[in-house]
Amino acid sequence: MARMKFLCDSERCIECNGCVTACKNEHELPWGVNRRRVVTINDGVPGEKSVSVSCMHCSDAPCMAVCPTDCFYKTEEGVVLHNKDACIGCGYCFFACPFGAPQFPNGPAAFGARGKMDKCTFCSGGPEENGSKAEFEKYGRNRISEGKLPACAEMCSTKALLAGDAPVISDIFRDRALRRGKAGDAAWGWTTAYGKPEAPAAKEGAK
Amino acid sequence: MKKALFLALTAAIGLSACGEYSQVASYKPGDYQGKSDTRPWEGGQFAGNKQAWEAALASRNQAQNEYKRTN
Repeated sequence: MARMKFLCDSERCIECNGCVTACKNEHELPWGVNRRRVVTINDGVPGEKSVSVSCMHCSDAPCMAVCPTDCFYKTEEGVVLHNKDACIGCGYCFFACPFGAPQFPNGPAAFGARGKMDKCTFCSGGPEENGSKAEFEKYGRNRISEGKLPACAEMCSTKALLAGDAPVISDIFRDRALRRGKAGDAAWGWTTAYGKPEAPAAKEGAK
Repeated sequence: MKKALFLALTAAIGLSACGEYSQVASYKPGDYQGKSDTRPWEGGQFAGNKQAWEAALASRNQAQNEYKRTN
């Protein structure tokens, strides 16, 4: 088994937020905790691009480096997880993370009052017995131990969000890029759906 | 004599804080301090069968490629 990674195809993402909803539902996350978010660049402008972001399970994770209680660990599959029993809610990981992945249930509060950090687990739980009630309550559902992939990726309607073995999902993405041949809106997106703004296809017949 | 002693003492005290020390912190990567985790194929439905777990995951991986699903 190689390293588990997420890969979001921005040519396909339609900003439906299905991944965000799937994640919140799967792990019964409290209000204010979003393990996954959809970020849109040039929102509302033709040609806008969206990408689904969560913990990217970095190979050299900065959160692991800055944690004062060393509560982070990496599984054999390359998934970055943490032990909530050791977390003191200091927020260093939030400042270190380039993706804004660490979430705090009590929101922006004073030191220690934020609550224990919560983040994407690649649906692989935490340091509790696989599939146990304690694991679900602290870290959410452990789909990986059930032989399934993260709920966000499996729920994605356009299959923009891929999750799994890095070489496998890279091959899937490469195959797509070769088949569509083009990049940008001409491949999959605004132009495909609505036509080019300077030469709309339906303009001739319109009154 | 007194003046010289005074000047020497003043210089000694006044310049005592002017030493230069390296201010680069030495970084030591910490080790995980929490409890150990079980591996995904241990316990539950796979009961330690790593091959079966890998096969299930590989199948799900490939199910994400709709070109293979439709053709």
